[in-house]
Amino acid sequence: MPSSHLLSLLIWLPILGAIAVLVVGRSANAARWLSLLVALATFALSIPLWTGYQPGGPSMQFVENLAWIPAIKANYALGVDGIAIALIVLTAFTSVLVILGSWGPIEKRVSQYMAAMLALEGLLVGVFAATDALLFYVFFEGMLIPMFIIIGIWGGPRRVYATLKFFIYTFLGSIFMLVGLIYLHMKTGDFALASFARAGLGEKEQAWLFFAFLIAFAIKVPMWPVHTWLPDAHVEAPTGGSVILAAIMLKVGGYGFVRFSLPITPDASQAYAWVVIAMSLIAIIYIGYVALVQEDMKKLIAYSSIAHMGFVTLGLFIALALVRTGGNPLGARLAVQGAMVQMISHGFVSGAMFSCIGVMYDRLHTRMIRDYGGVANVMPWFAAFMVLFAMANCGLPGTSGFVGEFMVILAAFQDSPLIALLAAFTLIIGAAYTLWLVKRVIFGEVGNDKVAKMQDLDAREWIVLGAFAAAVLFFGVYPKPLTDLMEPAVLQLVQQLGMAKA
Amino acid sequence: MIEMNFNPNDLLVMLPEIVLLGATCVILLVDLFLKPTQRDVTHWLSLLALVAAGVLVWRDAPAQGQALAAFNGMFLRDGVATVLKLFVLLTTGLVFVYGRDYLRERRLLVGEFYLLLLFATLGMMLLVSAGSLVTVYLGLELLTLSSYALVALNRDSAVSSEAAIKYFVLGALASGLLLYGMSMVYGATGTLDLAKIHAVADFSAGSPHRTLLAFGLVFLVIGAAFKLGAAPFHMWLPDVYQGAPTAVTLFVGSGSKLAAFGMTYRLLEGAMGGMHPSWTPMLAVLAVLSLAIGNVFAIAQSNLKRMLAYSTISHVGFLLLGFVGGTPSGYAAAMFYIISYALMATVAFGTIMLLARAGFEAEEIDDFKGLNQRNPWYAGVMAIAMFSLAGVPPLFGFFAKVMVLKAAIDAGQLWLAIVAIVFAIVGLYYYLRVVKVMYFDAPQDDAPLALPGDRSFRWALSINGLALLALGIAWSPLLELCNGAFAGIR
Repeated sequence: MPSSHLLSLLIWLPILGAIAVLVVGRSANAARWLSLLVALATFALSIPLWTGYQPGGPSMQFVENLAWIPAIKANYALGVDGIAIALIVLTAFTSVLVILGSWGPIEKRVSQYMAAMLALEGLLVGVFAATDALLFYVFFEGMLIPMFIIIGIWGGPRRVYATLKFFIYTFLGSIFMLVGLIYLHMKTGDFALASFARAGLGEKEQAWLFFAFLIAFAIKVPMWPVHTWLPDAHVEAPTGGSVILAAIMLKVGGYGFVRFSLPITPDASQAYAWVVIAMSLIAIIYIGYVALVQEDMKKLIAYSSIAHMGFVTLGLFIALALVRTGGNPLGARLAVQGAMVQMISHGFVSGAMFSCIGVMYDRLHTRMIRDYGGVANVMPWFAAFMVLFAMANCGLPGTSGFVGEFMVILAAFQDSPLIALLAAFTLIIGAAYTLWLVKRVIFGEVGNDKVAKMQDLDAREWIVLGAFAAAVLFFGVYPKPLTDLMEPAVLQLVQQLGMAKA
Repeated sequence: MIEMNFNPNDLLVMLPEIVLLGATCVILLVDLFLKPTQRDVTHWLSLLALVAAGVLVWRDAPAQGQALAAFNGMFLRDGVATVLKLFVLLTTGLVFVYGRDYLRERRLLVGEFYLLLLFATLGMMLLVSAGSLVTVYLGLELLTLSSYALVALNRDSAVSSEAAIKYFVLGALASGLLLYGMSMVYGATGTLDLAKIHAVADFSAGSPHRTLLAFGLVFLVIGAAFKLGAAPFHMWLPDVYQGAPTAVTLFVGSGSKLAAFGMTYRLLEGAMGGMHPSWTPMLAVLAVLSLAIGNVFAIAQSNLKRMLAYSTISHVGFLLLGFVGGTPSGYAAAMFYIISYALMATVAFGTIMLLARAGFEAEEIDDFKGLNQRNPWYAGVMAIAMFSLAGVPPLFGFFAKVMVLKAAIDAGQLWLAIVAIVFAIVGLYYYLRVVKVMYFDAPQDDAPLALPGDRSFRWALSINGLALLALGIAWSPLLELCNGAFAGIR
């Protein structure tokens, strides 16, 4: 079993890098180059996680365990399975592109921006790597601080409202989880997630804990009806903030369901699966319709994110029904795998879409759909990328967006054709809002004089969008490396789901 | 009949206090012969006295779980006293360091400031070491009488004088109530010694002293609640915080809270520990009221000092959660909490003093507008303090909250923990507002900040701020220290 300090390095390198960036902060260019260097180094270091992972090995690898607070048996415990590795690599990958993408657009207080991004990266890796609940919570909440600053300083006109709403909303959700974690600590005597999962919990206790977790993660995902912070935060955030928010921070919610709700409270999860499934379906259909009427491009993509994340929660909780009442572990496996692939894929697609909108915003300083039109005529390269990502967003086969949604719908069909049918609506609604957006913004006659003067992508933007495009196409055509990576973790989760606790 | 013996070894037990008292008297004399321009001599001598006392406290500290008693048990030197004294001395030292330039610019840097503060420190050390009701009262009066005078230090200011008068009247009332309670407890038990009260207080259903003890307990709780500033006995706190010179506010908000914690512990656990089931509900009510009043009223404040006053009230609510279990780990959590609070308050008030300059008090929240553009370093330090006070990880304040919440949940008071976190969310808003003003708003004037020339102040404040971050990562030693202080109390 590979044992090293790789995970610690991945957490602390960006955080220490952030401090270094602040120190050299007087020169904007030095800050940019240094942060790019740190982000690239982190990304390079995250690759050995993937290649060094042994599918047949123990469920948690690259384990580190140091006593942190012996008095309450909280440990600095890190470890990753396939799901966490995929998310960590996604985080490192996206961070590089975000820093590259913010090269020009961020002009004021560059060093603080770059430092906040790097700190955020380190904290996000920490969230995915922590196997101790207290440590997880520290990273989970700690990442609010840099995001709060990013939206608040570099955001749009209503940034203060948006960032306060973002912070208080998510804080409100997670603090109930904290009480749940302390309660579990009282039951088990330590904070290890593994012992939480083994703890014998009565039906009522599980229900309380389940809802404590649900509030925390539902707000993070976000699920209907606690999604309202997301459109505000996205609209006001600078491009880089939106990308990180959509591509990675939302995944923390989905990841939380996998690490906390399902293994720790499986019986309550089953009992209340209908709640989550209903919320997911509402997100998929109703939020899809809401996206349709948006006039602000960022808001439209924000709502589409909520709809797409609906598939993640749907897949996870359909799996419970499949394995427990249907006795169909294969279907459950498909559902969980679909949910996980959807998380990764949505990371690429939403990150790419927000980057595209950022590219346009940098030129015209407006996000309104009506201010654009016929962009393809003046920015052909950009249009090609944007159309590709739009197709991925509506789940076209051959792009990564298709794989996850298809797997979830397929699994849902084995449980209930009705749920599958409702979920499949997304193929129509998603196509409607995405393609209509593309039609109004990219195609047609050149909308106005300002659009006519837009310059096509520069080299930096080319690299960012090109990298996203490569990822979207690669995992759309050949998702096997990804599914292979996550397979053992998915199987273990399905097995855990099958065991009743109460 | 108690035999009164004088044992010279008793003097050794209270050597730190004796040294501090002697040093204070020397400083009193030395200061008489100094010109106002030579006040720095008093400053460094006072710091030296604190350091000397601190070294003695630490060097001769009794082994874990051991307690030394002197003067027939009137004076106790145990783990609790050691830890509290160390932090009392530390925060007093910070008051001296942070307050020097601030007071000098206001022509308030007088010898009395140092002397009163040193006497107050002596009172606090006595209070946290109290082994009998008399010592509790003695320490408390030494502390509070010095505090009243300190609050009125700026005697030309109407606000300051008003604050001092309110503090004095309400403080005297509280002392009266406390004395009244003590007399009842004495009447019921026939002893003033805390440990003996613990041993003989009979609170069983058939006891003839049950009513008397219950009344005595209520008055003791009120006295402690007043000193802590728990609602509904918090009325003095906002006025005193706002009206006092900021250096004095810093002292009232940090060191004196540590001492109030010590007093509460001595009275409730030391004397009335056997009646724990009776005082738990009282403290729960005080905690809920403090959390509610503190957090809700703080939102409406535009004056930062007043806002921090209400935030103190809410922190006292959190602190009391540690008491409801009546267990050593609960007390340790409460002590951990009050230490964290004292360290956070020093940063917050220190930054206020840093930004203040001659003729300008940076007291309004709006005075912090755009601080990040004018001085990113101290904006960062203040942001750390605010996030820490709000209880956002990975900062120190978060872990203090975790420990008291854990104490409440372990005590089976899950509902109390939930009430506390609901109000923590309310509280989040006003702390974030300060961060928002510093980071997101445009500065009112673009001139770079005129920082005080006192390097020791700037360094100490920076280290104090970074400590909140460092203790958020490595808080285990401090927790061990607190746990160790309460080891073997049962």
